[in-house]
Parts: sequence; structure tokens; C-alpha cells
Amino acid sequence: MGADFVMLSLTPLLIGIAAAVACALPGNFLLLRRQALIGDAISHVVLPGIVVAFLLTGVVAALPMMLGAGAAALVAVVLIEVIRRLGRIEPGAAMGVVFTAMFAGGVLLLEQSATSGVHLDVQHALYGNLESLIWLDGYGWAALLDPDALRALPPELPRMAAVMLGVVIFTGVMWRALVISTFDEGFARSMGLPVQALSLSLIVVAAIAAVAAFDAVGSIIVIAMFICPPAAARMMTNRMGAQVAWSVGFAVLSAVSGYVLAGYGPLWLGYDSAVSAAGMIATVSGVILGLAALAGPCRTGGDAQASGAFS
Amino acid sequence: MALELVGSAPEQNDDLPLSIRGLTVSYGEKPAVFSVDVGFQPGQMTAIVGPNGAGKSTLLKAALGIVTPLSGQVRCHGRPLAEMRARIAYVPQRASVDWDFPARVLDVVLMGLYRDLGLLGRIRGQHRARAMECLARVGMDGFAARQIGQLSGGQQQRVFLARALAQGADLYLLDEPFAGVDAATEKAIITVLKDLKAEGATVVAVHHDLATVPDYFDRVFLINTTAIAEGPVADVFTPENLQTAYGGRLALAQMGGVAAG
Repeated sequence: MGADFVMLSLTPLLIGIAAAVACALPGNFLLLRRQALIGDAISHVVLPGIVVAFLLTGVVAALPMMLGAGAAALVAVVLIEVIRRLGRIEPGAAMGVVFTAMFAGGVLLLEQSATSGVHLDVQHALYGNLESLIWLDGYGWAALLDPDALRALPPELPRMAAVMLGVVIFTGVMWRALVISTFDEGFARSMGLPVQALSLSLIVVAAIAAVAAFDAVGSIIVIAMFICPPAAARMMTNRMGAQVAWSVGFAVLSAVSGYVLAGYGPLWLGYDSAVSAAGMIATVSGVILGLAALAGPCRTGGDAQASGAFS
Repeated sequence: MALELVGSAPEQNDDLPLSIRGLTVSYGEKPAVFSVDVGFQPGQMTAIVGPNGAGKSTLLKAALGIVTPLSGQVRCHGRPLAEMRARIAYVPQRASVDWDFPARVLDVVLMGLYRDLGLLGRIRGQHRARAMECLARVGMDGFAARQIGQLSGGQQQRVFLARALAQGADLYLLDEPFAGVDAATEKAIITVLKDLKAEGATVVAVHHDLATVPDYFDRVFLINTTAIAEGPVADVFTPENLQTAYGGRLALAQMGGVAAG
């Protein structure tokens, strides 16, 4: 664990952790609001955004694509809310309509324009390129204190770290209002809480996390991290604060062990090449969810009602 | 909440704990509540009674700003709702929330203190003590650390009432507080509501059990999309008015109960 680790593994690990935590935090609330699919939706709707950004700028660069993806995510979020409120449609259905329509629109755009000849590949979108986010100037632990070396950090790291910090601050500051309006929207409104603005801001925060994570680590991690750590955490505890803490723990555990397993697991099993870190991180989070479903102490919240019905 | 019509003239009912004028709410093409005028008397317990789909819950929700009306005005003690929220407590229908939510009984009651705590205020011993007092009033102080999904329906209803008590209001709006609860809970809730009335609070409850209206309430508001009648139980809770409210849908047995009561 020396220079090699700092150069090749430290930044992908940190980016993976930041992406996992940034998605898992809003995932807790989205899951309880039955909107967990929003991560899935966002990672699909970014496609037309990226294509439009390319058509407008003519270059395949990170910044315009992030902006395009972000704009598309916001359009989708607003459309979902509008359809949900005006059409009185179940949120899952509203999301399904919006993200398939926008994804299909993106595919058509891609086909009909010159972009089809350009390298906008599906693999990158799915798995990201976590392993390639290495820090060439990271010659050792001392590089962490070296301004020159720090300047050469992959830009995804500060970006993802800033997004994670923003998500943490949003969750911390809005905590009480988010919890009340998630549990009982009518009661929250009766006390004058701006329920609609709260749910919109939650989704916007989730969209920002999803777009940043999508850019750094691909959509598989986004989809998995919005759902798996919070869902597993729900089965470990019956308190909201503890659930969020567990979900962060599971997200970090998935990122770290997924990254390590992807790099070394196949070698231990006798294969000669590593597998996708993003795929392995998502798989580990799924395994954690499976274990929590089998052995979590609080996985039967509703069933206990029958035994408690004496009063 | 844009509940208020600009420049409407004050009327004599305006200083009531809750007065509603010209209220129309619609979820689709058909109005759920149409042009309702009603005032609720201070220090009284009023039942809102009407058939299913008559707009009883909608009326409460519009009074609280939970649904936005097409037209109409809601005033609380003569002032706009937005200024008076601290004096209103609300008990929603128990079935309106997911009881699998990761919260303990005490956490739910503490939600009633949001207006005191604000977004970032720390929950201190005094807040917990107040929440425990409210739980004790509904006989649920032994359940503070229970996960809410592990409670019976009646216990959940009492937790909702405790949360409303924690709001420290003098106007209580309850949506079907006796729906699907056991006899012990029904007794506990009515005792608390009568105590609140004795302390000077105003209680308005959507109620579906016609037989208990005369025992539990002082006044009745009959509604079937439009307002039918409001007044003391003895004057308003008559077979004729009920026939108007329910049309042909009222069973004879229920009518008998009313006549006897």
C-alpha cells in the first residue's frame, strides 16, 4: 500500500465512495416516498441531454455534457411532478412515461444527427470508467500535500466530492422538514411547510447527485446506490436517523469492497483479468441488500401489526 | 396559500375559530365541495356528518390549506389561515400515511412540535417531556419507544391525537378519529376531546357513526357537497335533515338510532 495504491486506486476509491454516498442519502427519502426509481429515470433521461449538448457545441467534452445532462434531468423532474400532480397518476407510472419517452427521444436524436458517427458509446454510459480515473502525479502519500501533484487530480474527484458535500448539507439542514413531509404530507402542509418545494428540491438534489455520479462512475452505480443501501438499511433499524447512517455505511462498504473485489477477486479465483469496478460495486450492494432481507432485525415492520392488535 | 379573495367585506361570523365562505373544491370536473358557507362555534364540539364522498374530508383539508380550493375564503379567528397555523391542530385519517415508516411513537409525537423547534432547533428534555405528557393523555406513554408499525389501529389513532395535542392549539380538526378503532380507544379519544372542550378548545371532527353523534357532540354540520345545515344537535340532527343529506342511502336502522337519540 504505497505509491502504487495512491496513483492507481486512491482516487477511484474516493470517487466511488463519494458517488455512492451522494446517491444513497437522497435515496433514503425517495425510497420512503415510493420514488426510488427516480435514479433509474434520471440516468436514462440524461441521454437526450448529452446528445443535445453535443449538437450545440460540436465537441465531446465533460462540461457541456454535464450541463446538458443536468438540464435534461431537471426537465424530466419537472415533467414527472407536473404529470403526477395534474394527471393524478401514481409516481412510478409518471416516471416510467417520462424516462422512456425522453430516452427514446435521445436515441432518435442520436440516429438522425451526425452524432451517430461520433464516439458516444453505451458501455461508457453504463459502467463509467472508474478504473481510468487514476492520479498519475500521485507518486506516494506525500503527494497529498504537494500542490503541484494535487492540481493533476482527476477533475471528477473534486466535482464528486463537492456534490457529496452539498447533498450532506442539504440532508442535514432540511432533515426535520423532509422527515415530516415524507411521513405525513397532509400534516406537514397543515403546519405550513412548503411541501411541494421540499419534494421538488429533494428530486433536484437527487438529480444533481445522479448526473455527477453518472459522469464519474456510470449509470449502474447510480441506479444501485439510490435503492440498495437505503433498502438494506431500512431492514436494519426502525429509526430514520439510524437508517440513514446504515445506508451511508452500506454505500461506503459497497464502494470499497466492490472496488477491491473487482480488481483482485478474479485473480484470486484464477482468472487473469479484473472486472468492471462499477459492476462489482453495484453487485456488492445487491448482495448486502439480499443479506439484510434474509437476516436484518427489522425486516418485518408491517407484519408485527397482527400480533400487536390487542390494545 | 392563496386562500383569500382580495377585498371581501368582513361579516359577523368572522371572529369564529374557523369560518369558511363560498368554498368550492374540485378534484376533477365534479366539485367535491360546492359553495359551502359554514362557521364553527368556539368551545364547542362539532361533528361533520354526511354520506361517503360528500366532501367531509375535503372540507377539512381545504380549511387547512392542504388542498387548494377553486374559490372561497377560510378565516381563523377572523384572520387569514397563514397567520393562525400555530393555533390549529390536525389529526389526518390514519390510513393516509404509511405506518411502516421508520419512526418510533415518540418521534411521531415530536413532529407536532415542529412549529416550536423549527428546521434546526435541538430537541431538548423539555420537548421530550411535553411529548410524553401528550402520550400520557391518550394512555400511550408506555409505548414511546415502539416502532409505529407495531401498534394496533386504535393505538396508531391515539398517537396521531397525541401529536395533535403536542401542537398546543385551541382549534382541533380531526378526520374520522373513530374510524376502525377499538372500544377502549374510542373511549380514550372522546375523553380527551371532552377535556379539550372543557379547557375552552374548539373541536371539529368528521364523524361517520350516526348513533354516537348525540352522545359525543354539541353541534352538527350536515354536508353533501353543498352545506345542508349547521346547528345544535337537537335542532339539526333530525331525520328530515339526514334524509336530505343522505338521500335514499340511509338505512332504516340508522334512522331509528337517530330518532331514539
